[in-house]
Amino acid sequence: MSIKIATRPYGEIEISESQIIDFPDGIPGFTFIKQFAILDTKEENSPLKWLQAVDEPELAFIIISPYAFMPDYRLEVTQGDLDALEVKGPDDLLVYCIVTIPSDPNDMTANLQGPVIINPVKRLGRQSISLSEDYSVRHRIVDELKKTAGSKE
Amino acid sequence: MLVLARRLNESIMIGDDIEVVIIDIKGDQVKLGIRAPKNVMVHRKEIYQEIKQENIAAKESDFNPDKLKSLSDFFKKDKK
Repeated sequence: MSIKIATRPYGEIEISESQIIDFPDGIPGFTFIKQFAILDTKEENSPLKWLQAVDEPELAFIIISPYAFMPDYRLEVTQGDLDALEVKGPDDLLVYCIVTIPSDPNDMTANLQGPVIINPVKRLGRQSISLSEDYSVRHRIVDELKKTAGSKE
Repeated sequence: MLVLARRLNESIMIGDDIEVVIIDIKGDQVKLGIRAPKNVMVHRKEIYQEIKQENIAAKESDFNPDKLKSLSDFFKKDKK
């Protein structure tokens, strides 16, 4: 079934109901938002996607799979996360991180400490808090891409 | 607030299954070991606040469509 929603990037569009994810706890800072839709960007093959609040057209984030720029990213979630999303293990989850884009896009950063995790089957999501000390809320994506390219040579 | 004095390697119990051990003390820093069931969330108090601040910063991102296109190009270049 398709429904119409108002979005920040594209105005009013029709999306499939399967793109809508319930976030029973919202996310930190926006705990009142209980549903987000995941939208593709217009660019072909881009790893960037939109996380659009369903009832707040102006509230949208750019998200990215951490594996797009850090292939060895380790997702560390708690049993509480798994229980909340009704999955058996971390392999059943989709993971994205929220991207912050300042005026110079070279300085865009990804939040690896607070990954957005989703159970795609039940369409349940939440923002987890990584227990790893290796990840912070601001990883410069360009630097990580350079590291990855360097290690391939 | 309950206040307890503890020495190195001593611990406290919270309920039946949460143990907090003093692992190391150096100057003004204390290292704690925490043994707790998997369903108990343990994190530094600042982390939630940091994630909240970062979400607010991310919302204010520069979402100019041309810029997003150039951002996507970053990853294409990397793919080859």
